[in-house]
Amino acid sequence: MTSTATHSDKNFFSADGKGTSVFRLFRNRFLTGLCVALSLLTLVPLFSIVILVIQNGCPLLSANLFTQLPPAPGMDGGGFGNAILGTLVMVGISLVFSVPLGILAAIFVNEYAPVSWLASAVRFVAKLLTGIPSIICGVFAFAAVVMTTHKFSALAGGIALAILILPTILLTAEQALLGVPYAFREASFGVGATPFQTIWRIVLPEAMPAIMTGVMLAVARAAGETAPVLFTALFSQNWIKGIMEPTASLSVLIYNFASLPYAYHIKLAWSASLVLVALVTLSNILAQVIFAPKHR
Amino acid sequence: MACLLASVLTITLLAFIVGEILFKAWPAISKFGLGFITGIQWSPNREVFGVLPVLIGTAASSFLALLLALPLGLAIALFLSEDFLPPAIRQIIRFVVELLAAIPSVVYGLWGIFVVIPLVQKYGALVAAKLGFIPFLAGPAYGNSLLTASLVLALMVLPTITAISRSSLVAVPYALREGSYALGATRWETILSVIIPTAAPGIVASGILAFGRAMGETMAVAMLIGNSQRLSWSLLSPSNTLSALLANQFAEADGIQVSALMYAAALLVLLTLGVNIAGEAVLRRTQKATAGLR
Repeated sequence: MTSTATHSDKNFFSADGKGTSVFRLFRNRFLTGLCVALSLLTLVPLFSIVILVIQNGCPLLSANLFTQLPPAPGMDGGGFGNAILGTLVMVGISLVFSVPLGILAAIFVNEYAPVSWLASAVRFVAKLLTGIPSIICGVFAFAAVVMTTHKFSALAGGIALAILILPTILLTAEQALLGVPYAFREASFGVGATPFQTIWRIVLPEAMPAIMTGVMLAVARAAGETAPVLFTALFSQNWIKGIMEPTASLSVLIYNFASLPYAYHIKLAWSASLVLVALVTLSNILAQVIFAPKHR
Repeated sequence: MACLLASVLTITLLAFIVGEILFKAWPAISKFGLGFITGIQWSPNREVFGVLPVLIGTAASSFLALLLALPLGLAIALFLSEDFLPPAIRQIIRFVVELLAAIPSVVYGLWGIFVVIPLVQKYGALVAAKLGFIPFLAGPAYGNSLLTASLVLALMVLPTITAISRSSLVAVPYALREGSYALGATRWETILSVIIPTAAPGIVASGILAFGRAMGETMAVAMLIGNSQRLSWSLLSPSNTLSALLANQFAEADGIQVSALMYAAALLVLLTLGVNIAGEAVLRRTQKATAGLR
């Protein structure tokens, strides 16, 4: 850096540094242009994805898609009602496990013992869990649930998803609790409330909208994931009968049908992509909307 | 104390995950030992398992993706942190990048099959014919290749790079910019010799964390990389990654193959944890460093 500085020092203030200042201006413009070009370049694939998903997903869009079962290989007609239901069921199971665990741990970290070694350990582990590949959640659920019950099941898929979204819920809930002004707690203690009453009747209700934002983001994440349910819930051509049965999901349906040589199945995969992207986007928007009134 | 219990559970969860995977992998670990890592054969029928080509594929695809995504991500991050554009347009760009992050992996895979694979096949053949003497570009060119997977991976890690680089660029104190402008520097002289060097550790951290994400990314890679365990130097030939290997083989595996896959999963956990801890450590040091400048 120093060498360029001394080099340009000569021309910075000299009257006859005209050529250099033209060069400097040109370089300035050129780099700005390059930056614009690179940014626009990333828009191309994004638009391509969005346009193709809408274009290829729309033709089959009808009520049948949501109410009928996938067709047999080589056949036309049908839909993926069972996969939509399966995705919703597994996301529901994952919430049952991860929401209480995540919120309780966040309360401990932020309210009961914010500076203890245990709290920093929880934060550290949650950070590490966010970095674990999603397929590892599937491998773990396979080892812990599928190999013990000897069955691919919606429960195993739900547990895999629960591990995936736990850190999201925990870390957003902790931020939500952190956002509650300290004066609220002081006021509550001031009128004689116990710590328990303060947390459950003052702090938690105040933080609830922000916590729900985190939960909706987690739902969006879980609904879109394939790897954790791929070999835990497997897939099914039929409606879900119980949570201990192999279960279809939208994402696995896309993966399975994308590589089939049947045109109709590939169209179904595109339609499923459209529905899945819509579902994920809806959850994301919902997450923003829930939190929005708090900001005003 | 339910809250205490939940915290302890969260901490033990990570240990439980690693422990369970190692436990199920133990038959393979004790049978194949380190030969598993250096072996170049993966044939479940003959019960021979080696993951060296897969490890190389994992590293190569992630590195290539990073190489492609880092300039793009940095350009966008600069756009979002400097005042090139009115705030409204910046908001739109930011929204677009966040949208990239929200698209499910499997949809990237589907898009890759119908858009990127034909492109790579078409132009790959041309390149291999002209430049095939370079080992990295040797033919025959396949659509399902390391290059295809890396291109899509680059898109997928772009939001990570943009978000973290942006926050480290924004954290550069305004006084430094003012000082540079006061000396007569142009905008880009300021960016290149003041802002980027100051934010460099954060940009490096974004790269490391994006590398970790790319290594663990599964579905799009499994659909695009061709799933071949053969060693090859060419970017245009099929390859495989640890996560894609797991995705493709787990459902039908039994016996010692399950154990071997668990071993591979344990390696993946180890690698991604290592990369992530390194990235977090760099990031933490950056935050401390820029805090001192304020």
